[in-house]
Amino acid sequence: MTYIPKPKLHHPQLPANKLGFTHRDYEGSVSTLCAGCGHDSISAAIIQACFELDLPPHRIAKMSGIGCSSKTPDYFLGNSHGFNSVHGRMPSVLTGANLANKDLIYLGVSGDGDSASIGFGQFAHSIRRGVNMLYIVENNGVYGLTKGQFSATSDRGSKSKYGATNNDSAIDMIAMALQLGATFVARGFSGDKAQLVPLIKAAINHHGAAFIDCISPCVAFNNHVGSTKSFDYVREHNETVNHLDVMVEHEPIVADYAPGTVELVTQHDGSVLRLRKLAPHYDPSDRIAAMTYLQERAAAGEIVTGLLYVDPQGQDLHDYLNTVARPLNELDTADLVPGSAALDKLNDSLR
Amino acid sequence: MPKQIEAINDFVVKFANVNGSGSASANELFARSILRMGVPVASRNIFPSNIQGLPTWYEVRISEAGHLGRRGGVDLMVAMNPQTWAADVAEIDPGGYLFYDSTKPMPPSKFRDDINVVGVPLTEICNREFKDPRQRQLFKNIIYVGALAALLNMDVAAIEKLIGEQFQGKDKLIAPNVKALHMGIDYAKTHLAPLGLRVKTANAVGDRIFIDGNSAAALGAVYGGATVCAWYPITPSTALAEAFMRYCRKYRLDKETGKAKYAIVQGEDELASIGIVIGAAWNGARAFTCTSGPGVSLMTEFLGLGYYAEIPAVVMDVQRGGPSTGMPTRTQQADLISAAYASHGDTKHPMLFPEDPHACFEMAALAFDMADRLQTPVFLMLDLDIGMNDWLTKPFQWDDKRKLDRGKVLSYEDLQAGKEFARYTDFEGDGIGHRTYPGTHPTRGSYFTRGSSHDRFAKYSENGTVYVENMQRLLRKFETAKKLIPAPVRRDAKAKTKYGVIYFGSTTPSMHEALEAFDAQGIHLNALRVRGFPFAQEVMNFVLEHEQVFLVEQNRDAQLRTLLITETNLDPARIVPVLHYDGTPITARFIIDKVGGLLKARNVAPLREVAR
Repeated sequence: MTYIPKPKLHHPQLPANKLGFTHRDYEGSVSTLCAGCGHDSISAAIIQACFELDLPPHRIAKMSGIGCSSKTPDYFLGNSHGFNSVHGRMPSVLTGANLANKDLIYLGVSGDGDSASIGFGQFAHSIRRGVNMLYIVENNGVYGLTKGQFSATSDRGSKSKYGATNNDSAIDMIAMALQLGATFVARGFSGDKAQLVPLIKAAINHHGAAFIDCISPCVAFNNHVGSTKSFDYVREHNETVNHLDVMVEHEPIVADYAPGTVELVTQHDGSVLRLRKLAPHYDPSDRIAAMTYLQERAAAGEIVTGLLYVDPQGQDLHDYLNTVARPLNELDTADLVPGSAALDKLNDSLR
Repeated sequence: MPKQIEAINDFVVKFANVNGSGSASANELFARSILRMGVPVASRNIFPSNIQGLPTWYEVRISEAGHLGRRGGVDLMVAMNPQTWAADVAEIDPGGYLFYDSTKPMPPSKFRDDINVVGVPLTEICNREFKDPRQRQLFKNIIYVGALAALLNMDVAAIEKLIGEQFQGKDKLIAPNVKALHMGIDYAKTHLAPLGLRVKTANAVGDRIFIDGNSAAALGAVYGGATVCAWYPITPSTALAEAFMRYCRKYRLDKETGKAKYAIVQGEDELASIGIVIGAAWNGARAFTCTSGPGVSLMTEFLGLGYYAEIPAVVMDVQRGGPSTGMPTRTQQADLISAAYASHGDTKHPMLFPEDPHACFEMAALAFDMADRLQTPVFLMLDLDIGMNDWLTKPFQWDDKRKLDRGKVLSYEDLQAGKEFARYTDFEGDGIGHRTYPGTHPTRGSYFTRGSSHDRFAKYSENGTVYVENMQRLLRKFETAKKLIPAPVRRDAKAKTKYGVIYFGSTTPSMHEALEAFDAQGIHLNALRVRGFPFAQEVMNFVLEHEQVFLVEQNRDAQLRTLLITETNLDPARIVPVLHYDGTPITARFIIDKVGGLLKARNVAPLREVAR
């Protein structure tokens, strides 16, 4: 980590987005993570995605649990409220926050320990409830903050920095999310920002439970030979199914790819996802095929990345609960309290 | 011929039934009919943790004097369960009555010489009239209500009226029910003599209502402005969440759109439930969960976060018998310590102790104001006796001028006007900082909420001085809580006395009955009902004023006494525990016996012998 604070002043020519914010307005405190940590690259991708989407920073709520990944919300979107909650319990806190105000954007940041071990249940249930959120797991296959224990996403047979072998089966968070009914499922790699930024943008625009599993090598404890979550291993075994562009407004589509290799998907909010297909037969609208493909490539030792599944017309928990249009946290006495006349009537029925 | 207990408007009827046989609504009909005659009743379900087939009991105390605690003893047993026959027969007071289904002859050895046996061939009467097996089962219950009505001289018109109200909208069920009722009445009138027990029309109910504490607390949550409820099923609190759903559907659907002004989520466990509550409350909604002891145990980590990150939350704990799974369908006041100090590190949480369903309503609504004002989790401590039984209680009232008190929250306008925001800074000296809801202002008022140690600006800090200042401020906030807890209620004896008694919650009606009995005996005892934690100065004063104070509670370890001694400098020797914890509701008889005994040991002579 660095101890030098970032200067507040910045270049007057720094590009601004439609709201007049510069990139710097989306930054947070200085990261305390190790130099070269994959998580910092993800933070940078989040900053860029929010900048490019012209999001007002204060309309985003950053939620996290405990662990290296869960510390990161302090390091981006300094003008947003953040909540670093309890280990493995970000999903429930996010669910509650979302229930209180459906109008904010909820960004849940978690790690593989936080979501695949202690919080596996909460991860599962927030996805199956269809909470409208972007849920990112910064997946490094290791417990970094407690210095190098295996996590539940460590591959069987992978070796720790100190030579121990992991004998337990790995949990594939993507496979879980697909099975649990997430309506947007993607895998990214912290070392591939060009792929990751559009995935984050598309997931933020998605209405429903959006899940991104982002492989994020731990430079301190899981970047050695024998690890399946190291930079080198992931680069060598990455099977990218598509590349994504996100167009928030309906700009004319530039035909820079041969017909048949570009697929357009219009999401609930009108944003258009332009998918450049790399695996020719891969169809991101087919959940069952996505699950099969994922298993096939995993058996071949490959890590599939890209947008793996999207239901552009997803629904969310508020749709299911049929809540009023106004956020619940804006309702006041007149909206909520039935009053004394109703109570008198009720009293009469109880005699 | 055994003696016959003679009593008018002062006796106990106990129904022994089989779970799932449809007896509950018939028994409630019996109790409500007596209320309609202007005679107070106290009803209690005694039931197993099971859906069908096991024994269940319903006890009705009829008391024109208005004693609503459990009395103990049985004057009339309605023995409808062969499985528990022997124990049920044994429980009847000498001279009491046994009512049973005499369709099948029973050997004399199954009865007792010192009780009065009243047989009605219920099955035979029922089977003659009804063919469908389910109907036979249900109407048998109504037939016994009819027979009891005749035997106890009850107002038949009142019962018929109640049947009409009960089946409003399902009108075709009214006639067969009324018919079954009269089959019972006719049989009793033709074949049996009235009992020595009688119900006589009186005017002692007033405008009181008959409702359970779980429903009342749920209604209090609606009036308290709760919009988010997250819960996990657990006896005896499940009915509270279900009542909240019911009342929300009734009162909280938008009139124009039909959409919900509330969100209820059944969590995957208690951890998720309190997590959802904390998240929602952090984001400015009023949120609560309801649970029982095991749930509180599971929620403790989050409760510590709520305490330290200062997030309002309301936890309604319907206490049951512990420890562990304990006695899920029995009552205790045994979660006081686990709730008061829930979570690791130095934590403490305010608690409210409702004494009846009316107080459940009032205190539930108050809990939300307190949580928002104090920015901390607040417990409403019900128990199974209040929560799951219908109690005769004061009607609910609401002041239409009352506004929800959202506490210290900075608005967009405040921030825009340049009002200083420093999340954990004590500007007013009450220990409470100002909060902002996420999304309020584009550039001001955002902060990072964390369970790790932080300075007054919410920034991470492990500086010892900063930490201690913050922990001291939390203590000041706890002092502020004392002012928001309803003051204790004092009831002085007719003459000056060195002795006092402290009690709280569901012990209240039995304590009032015991105090009346002590009064009548010329035993002088001042009494104080504690209504919450932390304790007000009046509680300390009360103890100091008396040479000895008896603290009556429904747990083994004298938990309120522990809290009192821990949180004050009171001398433990002054506070004598009186403990009832077998899972049944405490009775006046128990209090009179124990406290009376302790007083006797201290040579406080009653003018007359204490009556049983």
